[in-house]
Amino acid sequence: MNAIVISAVLGVIMMFCGVFTNSKPAVRTVAIIGLLALVIVNVLDMGGYHFFNVNVKGMLSFDIFGLLFNTIAFGSTWVYFLLSGRDMERVGVNLAEYFALIFFVLCGIAIVSSFSSLLMLFLGIEIISIPLYILTGSDKRNLKSNEAALKYFLMGSFSTGIMLMGITLLYGVKGSFNIDVIRMGTTSLTPMLAAGLLLLLFAMSFKVSAAPFHFWTPDAYDGSPTVFTSFMATIVKVAGFIAFIRLFEGCFGDVQKQWQLLVAIIAAATLFIGNITAVFQQSVKRMLSYSSIAQAGFMLFALVALNDMAKEGMIFYAAAYSLATIGIFAVLLKMKDYTFEGFNGLAKRQPVLAATNTIFLLSLAGIPATAGFWAKFYMLSAAISNGNVMWLVIVGVLCAAISVYYYFRVIQAMYFKEGDTQEIETTTGFKGLLIAIAVIVVILGIFPHWLLDQLHNFFYL
Amino acid sequence: MVPVLLIVIPLVSGLLGFLIKQEKSAKVWSLLTSIITMVVSILGIAVLHNPEYLQTDVAWLPDLGSRFSLSMDGMSKMLCLLTGIAYPGIFIATWNSTYKNAHQFYALMLLMQTGLMGVFVASDALLFYFFWELALIPAYFLCSIWGGERRVAVTFKFFIYTFVGSLLMLIAIIWVYFHTPDHSFAMSSFYKVNLAGNTQGWLFWLFFLAFAIKMPLFPFHTWQPDTYEQSPTAVTMVLSGIMVKMGVFGILRWLAPVVPVGLWGYGDPAATMCVIGMIYGSIVAMQQDDLKRFVAYSSIAHMGLMGLAIFVTSSIGIQGVMVQMFAHGINIIGLWIVVELIERQFHTRKMSELGGLAQKAPSLAIMLVVLSLANVSLPLTNAFIGEFMMFNGVFGSKASNYHYIFMVVGGISIILSAVYTLNMLQKVLFGNTSSLTANARDIKVNEKFVLAVLLIGIVVMGVYPKPMIEATRHAVDAIYSKMFVKLP
Repeated sequence: MNAIVISAVLGVIMMFCGVFTNSKPAVRTVAIIGLLALVIVNVLDMGGYHFFNVNVKGMLSFDIFGLLFNTIAFGSTWVYFLLSGRDMERVGVNLAEYFALIFFVLCGIAIVSSFSSLLMLFLGIEIISIPLYILTGSDKRNLKSNEAALKYFLMGSFSTGIMLMGITLLYGVKGSFNIDVIRMGTTSLTPMLAAGLLLLLFAMSFKVSAAPFHFWTPDAYDGSPTVFTSFMATIVKVAGFIAFIRLFEGCFGDVQKQWQLLVAIIAAATLFIGNITAVFQQSVKRMLSYSSIAQAGFMLFALVALNDMAKEGMIFYAAAYSLATIGIFAVLLKMKDYTFEGFNGLAKRQPVLAATNTIFLLSLAGIPATAGFWAKFYMLSAAISNGNVMWLVIVGVLCAAISVYYYFRVIQAMYFKEGDTQEIETTTGFKGLLIAIAVIVVILGIFPHWLLDQLHNFFYL
Repeated sequence: MVPVLLIVIPLVSGLLGFLIKQEKSAKVWSLLTSIITMVVSILGIAVLHNPEYLQTDVAWLPDLGSRFSLSMDGMSKMLCLLTGIAYPGIFIATWNSTYKNAHQFYALMLLMQTGLMGVFVASDALLFYFFWELALIPAYFLCSIWGGERRVAVTFKFFIYTFVGSLLMLIAIIWVYFHTPDHSFAMSSFYKVNLAGNTQGWLFWLFFLAFAIKMPLFPFHTWQPDTYEQSPTAVTMVLSGIMVKMGVFGILRWLAPVVPVGLWGYGDPAATMCVIGMIYGSIVAMQQDDLKRFVAYSSIAHMGLMGLAIFVTSSIGIQGVMVQMFAHGINIIGLWIVVELIERQFHTRKMSELGGLAQKAPSLAIMLVVLSLANVSLPLTNAFIGEFMMFNGVFGSKASNYHYIFMVVGGISIILSAVYTLNMLQKVLFGNTSSLTANARDIKVNEKFVLAVLLIGIVVMGVYPKPMIEATRHAVDAIYSKMFVKLP
C-alpha cells in the first residue's frame, strides 16, 4: 500500500514542482530524491512496516512477490532517472510533468503487481497506459512522435476494450471480480469462461507486445522520444508481465493444461518474429524495439511454465533485462546517429561507454557471467521442469542464438570497425554510473542470489 | 588448491594485464605468469598426489544445488598440463610477432586460459557450462580484432555456431539436473542419474551437437578452416591445440558417463560421421595450397579418429584418446609455430610459392619434417601410440556392429595423411627455391628452443608413453565402467 499512495502523492508533488520552479536541476533532484524515498518505503513495506492501513475490501493483496517486483521496478526507474534524467530536458519544456507522469505510471505498476480484483487490474493498466500515451507524444513538433502516440492510443484503447469485455464475461459466469472467487470451482472451461480467458489473453498479449499483437510496438517505440522508449520498453513492459502472470495464475491456474499450449504458441511466435525481424533492422533503436519483443517471448516462458521457478525467474528477468536495456538506451541517447554505423569506432573514442555497452549487450544475449544468463537460465529451467513444452525450449534457444547476431552487430561496430568521429558529450558521473551498473550486471551474473539474499538478511535475520 | 590456482593465476594476471600499457612489459608479464601456471600444472600431475590438493568445494548457488567444486582426475591433470605447457611455448614462439594494443591481446589470451582450465577442472555441470562459454568470449575478441582480412564475419560464424551448440547442451544439462536424485548439478549426482533409454537418446544428441561443433566433427566443421586461417596464429594454436580438446573432454566427462545408453544406441551414426570426417578432411587437405588451411583440414581428420574411438566404446580406445589428446595438442602447436615462422619470413602461406627451404633453413626443415612425421603418426612419434591404441580399440569394439568397416575406412585416412603430409613437405622444403625463398634465413634461438623442446617431447613420448598412460589409466577405467553400468 505504501508504494501506491506515495507514488501518487509524488506525482502530484512533481506537478506542483513545475509551478514553483523553473530550474531543471532542482526538478530533477526532487524527482530523484522522491523516487529514492519511494524505493525505501516499498522496501519497508516488504519488511512489515505498513504506513497506511486502508481497508481495501479484498481488492488488493500485497504479497512478497508483488512487492519485490515493485522494488525492482522502482530501483530500475531510479537508475533510469540518474542515467537519462538530463536527456529528458531535451524533449520539451515540461520537465516536471514528465516526471509526474512517470510517477503515475509507477503508481499503476504498484497496483497491477498487487491486484486481487479484476477491476483493480483494469484500473492499474489504464493508469499505466494513459500517461504513456502522453509521454509517447511528448515531442510535440515531431510528426513521428505524434503518429506514434496516436497509433499507440488507438491500439491501446482497443485492447483495453477487449480486456473489459473479457472481465465482463468472467463476471457473468462467476458473479464476482475477485480472482480467488473466479478461481474457485473452475475445474474445466465452460464456453463463456473460455471466451473470457481468450479475450483477456489477447488484451494482455497486446500490452506486453506478444505476437501477433505486437505490431504497434516498433512504431510506438521508434516514434516516441528515445528517453521514454527506454522506460516503456523496460519497466512498463515487465510490469505488464507481472500483471499477466498474476491474472492467469490467480484466475486460471487450475486449468493451466487447457490454455498452456496456446500461450506456448504465442511465446514461440513472439520469439520467432521478434528475433527474425530484429536481424534486418538498420537502426539500433528499432532493433532494440524488436529485441524487446524477442525478450518478451522469453518472459512468456514464465507464463507457460507457471511454477515457483518461473515466478522467481520472472523477477530476475525483470531486473536483468531492465538494467541492461536502460544502460544501452542511455548510451544510445548520447549518439546523434541511431544506425549501426553510428556506433562504428566507439571503442576508440569512448572506451568506457563501449565496454559497459558490451557487457549490457552480452547480458541481453544471455552469455554466462552476466545477469542475462540467469534470466534465460531460469526461464529455460522453468519450462523444462514443466516438461510439456520441450519444443518451445528448443525454439527458445535457437532464437537466443539468432539474437546473438543483432546484439553482436553493435559490438562489432564499436570494436572492429573504423568510424568517423562523432561528438559525444559525457560526464564523469555518467561514466561512473554506467560502470556501476555493469558491475552489478556482472555480480548478478556470478552470484544471482546475492541481491535477494541481502534483502532477506536485512529483514528476516 | 591446485585447480583453484590454475584458474586464478591466469584470471588475475589477465585482468592486471589490461593495465600494462607497454608492449614489452606486457609480453614479459604474460610469459612469467604463464610459466607459473605451467609449474602449478606440473606440480598437479607429478608431485601433489594427495587428493586434498586436487579438489576444492565451495558453496556457490545453494538454492540451485550448484557448488563451485573443482577436482582433477587423470584426464583433467593431463589437459591442464597441456594447457599449462602450451601457453609459455606459444608466447615464446611468437615473441617476435607484434600486435596493435599488445597488452589487450595478451590479457585476453590469459583470460582464455582461465576458461580452458576451468572447463578441464570443473566438476559441477553448471560451472562447466560457465567456463565453457567464458573460454569463447576472449577467443571471439582475439580473432575479431587481430585476425586476417575476413576476420569479423568468420569469427562471427564461429561464435554463433558454437553458441548454438552450447545452448543445446544447456537444455540437456538442465534436463538431467531435474532428474538427479538430489537436485544438484554436481558431477557425482549427474553420474547417478538413471534415465529411460529414449530420453537418453535425445539427450545424447543435444550433448553431442555441442561437443561435435567444438571438436569439430563432420558435418559441423565448416567454421573451423576459416577460423584457423583468419585468426592470428597464436590464437589458432590455442584454438586447435587446446580448445578443440574441450569437445573431446566434454564427451568423455559429460556425455559418455551421463547418457551411456544414448551413446550405445546412437554410437554408430556418430561414429559414421567421424569416419566420413576423417576421409573428407584428408581428401580436402590434399587439395589445399594454403598451409593454415592444410593443417586445419588435417586436424579435422585427426579429431574424427578421436571421436570414432570414443563412440565405438572400448577401453583401450579411450586410453588412446587420452594419449592422443595430449600428443595432438603438442604436434599441432608445433606445426602452427612452423607455419607462423614461414609466414612471418616470406609473407605467404601458399605452398606453391615456397620451395627449397631445406637448403636455406636446415633447422626449420628438420623441425617441420619431424612434426609432419608425427602428424602422419609414424612409429617412434607420440601420435603413433595414441593412434595405434585407438585403432586397436575400434578393431576390438564390442559395442559397435560395424567396427570392422570403421576400422578399414578409417585406416585409409592414415594412408591419405601420409600422402598429403609428404606432398606438403615436398612442396615446401624441397625442389627449387622460389623468388621468395631465395634469401631465406634460418630460425631464431627462441623459436629453435620451443621447437626443440616439442621435438624432444614428441620422441620421448613416442618411445616411452608409459607415464602418460599410467597417469590417465584410472580416469579411463572410471569413464569406461560408467559407460556400461547404467542399463535401466
